[in-house]
Amino acid sequence: MSAALAETSAGQDSWLAAFAARERRLANDCPRWLHGLKRTALARFAELGFPTTRVEEWKYTNLAPLARTVFAPAAYFPHAAPQSPCWVETLGGVVVRTLNGAPVTAAGERRFTIGSLRTAWQQTPELVERHLGRYAAFDRHAFLALNTAFFDDGVLIRIADGAVLDEPLVLVHYLSPYDEAPPASHVRTLVLAGRNSQAGIVEAWTGPDGRLYLANSVTEAVLGEGAVLDYVRLQLEGDQAYHFSALHVHQGRASSLAVHTVLLGGRLTRAEIGAVLAGEGASTALNGLYVARAEQHMDNFTTLDHAQPHSTSVELYKGILDDRSSGVFHGRIIVRPEGQKTDAVQRNKNLLLSRDATINTKPQLEIYADDVRCTHGATVGQVDADAIFYLRSRGVGYRDARRLLTLAFAQEITERINPPMLRERLNAELLARLDATQGGVP
Amino acid sequence: MLEIKNLHAKAGDKLILRGVNLKVRAGEVHAIMGPNGSGKSTLAQVIAGRDLYEVTEGEVLFEGRNLLELSPEERAREGIFLAFQYPVEIPGVSNLYFLRTALNAVRKHRGQEELDVVDFMELVKERVKLLGMNEALLERPVNEGFSGGEKKRNEILQMAVLEPRLAILDETDSGLDIDALKAVAAGINAMRSPERAMVLVTHYQRLLEYVQPDFVHVMADGRIVRSGDRELARELERQGYAWLEQEEALAGEGRT
Ligand SMILES: Nc1ncnc2c1ncn2[C@@H]1O[C@H](COP(=O)(O)OP(=O)(O)O)[C@@H](O)[C@H]1O
Ligand SMILES: [Mg+2]
Repeated sequence: MSAALAETSAGQDSWLAAFAARERRLANDCPRWLHGLKRTALARFAELGFPTTRVEEWKYTNLAPLARTVFAPAAYFPHAAPQSPCWVETLGGVVVRTLNGAPVTAAGERRFTIGSLRTAWQQTPELVERHLGRYAAFDRHAFLALNTAFFDDGVLIRIADGAVLDEPLVLVHYLSPYDEAPPASHVRTLVLAGRNSQAGIVEAWTGPDGRLYLANSVTEAVLGEGAVLDYVRLQLEGDQAYHFSALHVHQGRASSLAVHTVLLGGRLTRAEIGAVLAGEGASTALNGLYVARAEQHMDNFTTLDHAQPHSTSVELYKGILDDRSSGVFHGRIIVRPEGQKTDAVQRNKNLLLSRDATINTKPQLEIYADDVRCTHGATVGQVDADAIFYLRSRGVGYRDARRLLTLAFAQEITERINPPMLRERLNAELLARLDATQGGVP
Repeated sequence: MLEIKNLHAKAGDKLILRGVNLKVRAGEVHAIMGPNGSGKSTLAQVIAGRDLYEVTEGEVLFEGRNLLELSPEERAREGIFLAFQYPVEIPGVSNLYFLRTALNAVRKHRGQEELDVVDFMELVKERVKLLGMNEALLERPVNEGFSGGEKKRNEILQMAVLEPRLAILDETDSGLDIDALKAVAAGINAMRSPERAMVLVTHYQRLLEYVQPDFVHVMADGRIVRSGDRELARELERQGYAWLEQEEALAGEGRT
């Protein structure tokens, strides 16, 4: 047996051992159905292990170093205060924090509640059982299986039928290591948006720089008939983090979802979105921006499943890659036989700021209906030399010209993000990161 | 102000400028005419610092300094302005933001304070009016979706805002209808001053009816082959460039 394989299974064994150590507490803490779900999920992970690059959907993302790392479950501190607050909290809105996967605050009123998932499964078990684990299928997915097996708590967001929220719900996930072992945190979120409700959610992940950790996050969201949800997802992890996040959405009739994903931090990121347009006339907009430098790797994997007639999706992902960083965009669009009159547009544009940066982009269209419009396109390019010279000939320095053009490229995504204050801050944030790259003046 | 001596420049393996000599003093307006492909734009781009072209021989002095060792942005800050024959589109950057960034870069270099948005808007609106330009173009991305005439006026607007010491206008008159041509000419004339020099690169003598040049030069095959006053431009208008090319061919034989 090769050394690598032995190490991999040592990493895998550590998850099984960690689960066994918690079994007794789980039996006391969870309703029987949830305990059963967790045991099934763990068993599935034991069979699957982490995917290798031989698996088509993971071809460009090498998990071998992650797979052989022995992580310890991040300590469960339901009442601890988080470390220094992340800037996202200063944007206003209703802020709720989690630490190592458990909410430390809660909020709510007539129109919405945002609080502990654990409290919910204790107090309203039927509600949680009806949804939890129904949309994020773990039977073919190691990270979803691990998250399901290991979450101790999580966040439940409920938006009442017909409620119109005038402020965004801001959910910030902190990770705090408590000893030397690299921690793994499994954030679980369930969003239930009632019929004809209108809401905005801003969700952010953050953790310390210089520390190896795994943030493994799964969100399930259900949009009732006519619901409108604007969902911003910000990956602001520490520079050594492994970040996995999955958002699985079930969209009802005539519901409308917009997701804006921004990836800035971490060493290796896999950000997945799966939306099932399960009701007639549902619409989905997926916007993505990934900004990578140094050795960062960012993998975007999205699936839009048009299961009913007259649904529309618009997808635009843009990548900015500097130094030796690498990016992946893999966009699946499925149109089921029932999905007549589907209108789906997918675009992926990439800006390579260095000769050593790489991008792999892959559209995957699976169309089983005949009366549909589906288009896709991908571009990869450098900063426009003519535009650089034009700016320089007006007195703008080379570096500033490059920043300006790079920002203009990113702004096509950031200008769609609300609240407006967040746009400004994100623009500044991504410039600061690009300024810190090794790229020099030619 | 500007002195070009025996300038040779190439793009890749292709030698384009083959010994240009030109002297421009403050307050003067020069016109450079010549057939397509004679190297007029190359000369303008070399003066602005485009790195597509390599200078292989000769020198360019600006206010007595070696211009060729300055970066494009340093040249601009020193007061050189090139109105592009083909202005570049910059998606995602508003015309206003572009102008303000450029102006503040130049002001900073001159030791002037950066202009705040209010003062800047005042300045720009005044210049826009002078050029009879559509104010809505200010909010749009730089040159994106502009008509040919709008692009050319936008170049003149940039000149009017940046107030250079030496302006080189590369075929700013081409593709303009008569109203646009008059507006552009009015903009150029308003910028004429004893401290400022201008070089108008043009294909036709049309612009020169509205902007009176002090000197007219004819470029052919990478060199200035003839210099004179306004009368030369009229002669060219009557006779075309064919006679020049014949003379040039003879001269070329003499050289080799
Ligand atoms: N970047 C370049 N690479 C190769 N050839 C060029 C380049 N720029 C100009 N040329 C060539 O040099 C000659 C002069 O071009 P140009 O300076 O644009 O002439 P003009 O402006 O007088 O019409 C033309 O033959 C043109 O094709
Ligand atoms: Mg030309």
